[in-house]
Amino acid sequence: MIKIIDLKKAFGPKKVLDGVNLEIEAGKITVIIGRSGEGKSVLVKHIIGLLRPDSGKIIFEDMELTAMKERDWNEARKRFGMLFQGAALFDSMTVAENVGFPLKEHTDLDDADILKTVREKLRRVGLVGVETMMPAELSGGMKKRVGLARAIVMDPEIVLFDEPTTGQDPIMSDSVADLILETQRALKTTYVVISHDIPLTYKIADKIAMLHEGRIIAEGAPDEMRRNPDPILRQFLEGRAEGPIKVY
Amino acid sequence: MRSPLHMREHLENLGRSAEGFVSSAGRLAMMLGHAAVYAVVPPIKFRNIFKQMEFVGVQSLFVVVLTGTFTGMVLALQSFNALKRFGAESMVGPTVALSMARELGPVLAGLMVTGRAGSAMATELGTMRVTEQIDALFTMAINPVKYLVVPRVIAGVCMFPLLTVITDFVGVIGGYLVGVKLLGINPGVYIGRTVDFVQVDDIFTGLMKSVVFGLITSLAACYYGFYTTGGAEGVGRSATSSVVLGSVLILISDYLMSSFLA
Repeated sequence: MIKIIDLKKAFGPKKVLDGVNLEIEAGKITVIIGRSGEGKSVLVKHIIGLLRPDSGKIIFEDMELTAMKERDWNEARKRFGMLFQGAALFDSMTVAENVGFPLKEHTDLDDADILKTVREKLRRVGLVGVETMMPAELSGGMKKRVGLARAIVMDPEIVLFDEPTTGQDPIMSDSVADLILETQRALKTTYVVISHDIPLTYKIADKIAMLHEGRIIAEGAPDEMRRNPDPILRQFLEGRAEGPIKVY
Repeated sequence: MRSPLHMREHLENLGRSAEGFVSSAGRLAMMLGHAAVYAVVPPIKFRNIFKQMEFVGVQSLFVVVLTGTFTGMVLALQSFNALKRFGAESMVGPTVALSMARELGPVLAGLMVTGRAGSAMATELGTMRVTEQIDALFTMAINPVKYLVVPRVIAGVCMFPLLTVITDFVGVIGGYLVGVKLLGINPGVYIGRTVDFVQVDDIFTGLMKSVVFGLITSLAACYYGFYTTGGAEGVGRSATSSVVLGSVLILISDYLMSSFLA
């Protein structure tokens, strides 16, 4: 379980997170939704220690992540995996080198064992025979799959997804949603997904939390969120331009 | 008379610039400090270091050989024309060799490699930054300064002196070819005078400079690349800034070191 308590972060005069409180259940998929620029990525970057908060806490099991030194963070990060928006594959490495990179850096496995694990993870994300390809040769959807294979290669306890369907067509988005569901059900890992893709959210979420103006304004199971009358939440989930959220 | 509002705006701009300068200098110093520490903390990734050495050193060979040779040739030609007026044509050899060893070898190699390898380093790291590859390293519990900056700085510090030696050597050869083969100076006199006048200290001074230039170039490139913001345009800006800062600092530090090492 991850507990986020009164988390605040400002960049100059702009308050991005203004007292975020959220509980992320272990072994479940939590989807954090919100408009672009509302600080969803900033929140996730706090969870994995890429950003430090101005105040507030993030507690993971018995560790206070926000109080940890960089040295301790390096150990803690091995328990996390992250899939970036653009997959963030290293373009000077092949697919196999990308996926096997964390194993090569952090374990004593030899090259044959690394390749075996890489093949298994690639198969799990639905890719076969792509080991020697370079990232530039992959389609957007394949990059996401390779990125996910790399994120789960160390068998992390928590995987963070930053807008996994951005830039994908609806069919590919649905396939990414299936992939997230399948891998989560198989691995029983805690998944935290940030997205503004509503079909994806309803399909995969065990819990949905809406971030608006730096705070979580609504949270609950998908059915609860469907019934929640909050006008801001309704406008966002129904994708209307008219409503309390102003379009600039 | 200017309104107080204008004055305030100017003061705010001045303050922002000063703050930006101090924070950049601080981050650069922090990067240097971290790189120095991580360079000696195991595990040391020799493969990455050799890969960067190959990129900075071997792949710059052509450009420094070309620059060094033609600089030596033109130096011989110009100094011959000047020295002939005093009947001191025999001093062309030492003039070329001393100029190359003390100044032109390290400075030209430094500037050329800054343009070639420095801009490429800044572009590569900048692209990695804007495509979140550097963040990805962090999330995989890999320190990006150790993984990306340390091998590049070590490669710069080690390869610049080697490239300088090569520039010096081909410069002297170029000077010899023009002086002896083209302008008719006696080869024995040319070589003898060169050996008489050029001391080991002269070569050592140039090599000391090139170590500093290697550090400056690689650090400036890594700094601008590492802290790139603003997408593709930002990557281009980082590459340009790294070359400008690297080149300017090479010229300034060259003067300062020449004053102290003279």
